[in-house]
Amino acid sequence: MKSIILSSATRLLMPLMLLFSLFAFFRGHNEPGGGFIGGLIAASAFSLYAVAEGVEQARRVLRIDPRTLLGIGLLVGLISGLPSVFKSKAFMTGVWMEQTIPGLGKAGTPLLFDLGVFLVVVGFVLTVVFSLAES
Amino acid sequence: MLLAVCSIFALSIAAPFLHRIAKDYCAPLLALLPGSICFYFISLAPRIAEGKPVEEKWEWVPSLGANLTFYVEGLSLLFAILVTGIGTLIVIYAGGYFKGDAASGRFYSLLLLFMGAMLGIVISDNLFALFVFWELTSISSYLLIGYNHKDEESRSSALQALIVTGGGGLALLAGFVLLGMAAGSFEISAINQSGPEVVHHSLYPLVVIGVLVGAFTKSAQFPFHFWLPNAMAAPAPVSAYLHSATMVKAGVFLLARLHPSIADTPVFVWTVSIVGAMTMLLGAVMGAISTDMKRMLAYTTVSILGCLTLLLGVGVESALFAFGVLVLAHALYKGTLFLVAGTVEKLSGERNVKHLGGLFSRLPALGIAGSLAAMSMIGVPLFFGFVAKEAIYEAALKATNMSGLWIAAMVVSSALFVAVAILVGIKPFFGPEVRELTVKKAPALMLVGPLMLSVLGFAFFFLPDLLGKYLIHPSSAAVIGDANIIVLKSWHGLNAVLGLSVLTIAIGIVIYRFLPKLGSVSESSFAKDPFGAISVYERSLAGVLRFGQWQASTLQNGYLRKYILLTICVTTAFAGIVFILHTNWKSLHLTFDLRVHEAALIIVMVAAVAILVRASSRLTAIVALGVLGYAVALVFMLYGAPDLTMTQLCIETLSVVLFVFVLYRLPQFIRLSRRRTRLRDAIVASCVGALMACLVLVASSEPADSHLRQYYSTKAYEEAFGRNVVNVILVDFRALDTLGEITVLAVAAIGVFALLKLRPPADTEGAA
Repeated sequence: MKSIILSSATRLLMPLMLLFSLFAFFRGHNEPGGGFIGGLIAASAFSLYAVAEGVEQARRVLRIDPRTLLGIGLLVGLISGLPSVFKSKAFMTGVWMEQTIPGLGKAGTPLLFDLGVFLVVVGFVLTVVFSLAES
Repeated sequence: MLLAVCSIFALSIAAPFLHRIAKDYCAPLLALLPGSICFYFISLAPRIAEGKPVEEKWEWVPSLGANLTFYVEGLSLLFAILVTGIGTLIVIYAGGYFKGDAASGRFYSLLLLFMGAMLGIVISDNLFALFVFWELTSISSYLLIGYNHKDEESRSSALQALIVTGGGGLALLAGFVLLGMAAGSFEISAINQSGPEVVHHSLYPLVVIGVLVGAFTKSAQFPFHFWLPNAMAAPAPVSAYLHSATMVKAGVFLLARLHPSIADTPVFVWTVSIVGAMTMLLGAVMGAISTDMKRMLAYTTVSILGCLTLLLGVGVESALFAFGVLVLAHALYKGTLFLVAGTVEKLSGERNVKHLGGLFSRLPALGIAGSLAAMSMIGVPLFFGFVAKEAIYEAALKATNMSGLWIAAMVVSSALFVAVAILVGIKPFFGPEVRELTVKKAPALMLVGPLMLSVLGFAFFFLPDLLGKYLIHPSSAAVIGDANIIVLKSWHGLNAVLGLSVLTIAIGIVIYRFLPKLGSVSESSFAKDPFGAISVYERSLAGVLRFGQWQASTLQNGYLRKYILLTICVTTAFAGIVFILHTNWKSLHLTFDLRVHEAALIIVMVAAVAILVRASSRLTAIVALGVLGYAVALVFMLYGAPDLTMTQLCIETLSVVLFVFVLYRLPQFIRLSRRRTRLRDAIVASCVGALMACLVLVASSEPADSHLRQYYSTKAYEEAFGRNVVNVILVDFRALDTLGEITVLAVAAIGVFALLKLRPPADTEGAA
């Protein structure tokens, strides 16, 4: 079931959606957005691609197994809690850089943690979507 | 001291690897560590005898009062020396017992694990640390009893021991927590100094129940005695070490250690004395009428544990003194006899005393060890067992209550011991040969332990001053204070106590003569299960299993719709009850100042729901559900929650995508449910809806806690550098919760994957 309209639209939409997901992810700290929403948008992009081009193709574009993303996400989330431990504060206390990065603002472990959330959400949705589509 | 415990645990981990390299030389190497720790503790003796306890403190979870604190006074020292000293000999013995067994690395590992835990129990000062070590001994005991795991009986005996001691452990934990609350400290040394505070506390009865159940199960007191004889399914070194010399004494050790703070009430004194005396008699009778060597020894161990408990109940100074002497004497002779019995069984394959006899010519060294230990157990002068027997009679004579009864019970059980000692320690070697047995040669490693222990049991008779000053007296002083000094003497001269000893031996020999005539008793139902404790255990175990089966088939029935129904009903019921009882109805105020777009939204939502529940095709239902979802997203938008709106929109979109994938695979959409079921569902759904509506109403009419709102909105920017409060809470203030949530998400994904992908292919289902 291939539709030319859908696949052409996807080709345009998908980069935009992925860009938007990154945008939502990075603005999350100050404006509505964040890892969870960003992850959902990114996952929607790949799901759309899977509808249009088939799961095989979507997996190839993603390059990495969504289940691996789950693991990486959890690991990133966990690691983000560790720097504070080495500064002898409680696990998961936010640790921030001294300088600001131009264009992005301050970076700190909460951002890393949010990245973990982002990856887990993408991994979750895509594991479910791909499994359902293939069964 | 932490080093001592930890080094044993470390060696426990390393043991299997060491065993692979060193093979049969492994055991003597392993024994070096407990041996040197034993010498370390012996070197502490002079200092402790002067009344200076050794302390060490390591913080563990200080906020919960759980710390690794060690506190070695006389009582701990006595037990620590026994644990490490006998442990050393047992490890060496195991080297002979498991000679040539390539898989026995596992055994050393478990044995050392136990040793570390047991050492932890006797030197811990903190109740929680003690409890952790306590449970570790239960677990390692389980693994060691079930060491021959291919044997059905071993496994069930191991499980029995674990359930009884583990169950007691739970009671003990409760008792410890309450004790700590009553005394205001979780350190035993502090609790013991708090005076009568615990005894007069309102929690005291519960403390006593918890601690006594824990101690009685561990020390195999009636009615929990039955697990110990069954634990004889374990290999001989385990029986000798855990189930005679050390672990089973943990219960009485604990009672002795807590004695200063909890013992000074009639409840404690009478419970402990009566249970102790009953256990003592029961164990001795059962021991005498059994014929299996290891069971006989196990029952007499039960009896000795009963005697130790009784001494704690009697509680006078000389009783605590006798406690120390008996612990030491018993460890020496019973350890030897277990090792002798184990060796005889290993070499001849026979452990029924009726079939053993005339082995001395073939196993001379073992015969010497066995008969020395038996003499000590009988209480013949010139052996340390005699000193112990004199001490307990002395204590019973000085008892404040019921002195005559305790003496009678002690004499009867000691007389029965005489018979058991002759049967197990002397008859197999010097008795007439009953049947032809092929006996292998004993490896040297298996002789070190029994010989050493039995010779010590002989030699200690001649060293009363030394032992009394450095071991026994400090141990009773730790419990009862330093008031007057009892001097340990080997020979008291001709007095009433000596008369009792002679009487005991005389009765014992008579019993031994008549025992063969009682042979049939050992087959009777009484012998197998005195007072029905085992059948109570078995029936309650079966009851638990039946209950488990019932609740699994009723609640865990595998129907998703029933799970959801049950969850929703329970939640609604409980939340509803609380809600009705605690709501201040007068403070509710309903307002109907709807704006036009809000009213429109409500109409859309109600219409969507109406279409949804009456839908006749799946597609209609999905579309209606989608409309509802987007409408909810709009509600979020109107009330200023953009984050929620975005999430809700994404979720709705993804749901549609998911439905697209599965829509064509689903079976035809038909109504299978009956009218009644639908009615029930409608009622449940309405209840939930009504409850939620009411909850929202109440929540919104209460004045919002502006303090909280202000806290987050200022702190979010000041401390977490973010203006989006929702996100800052998610990734910073409450990051640990979020970590938990994404973990759940990952687990759910794995679950979905497993359900969809890991099914066996349909065509091979029949073959599989």
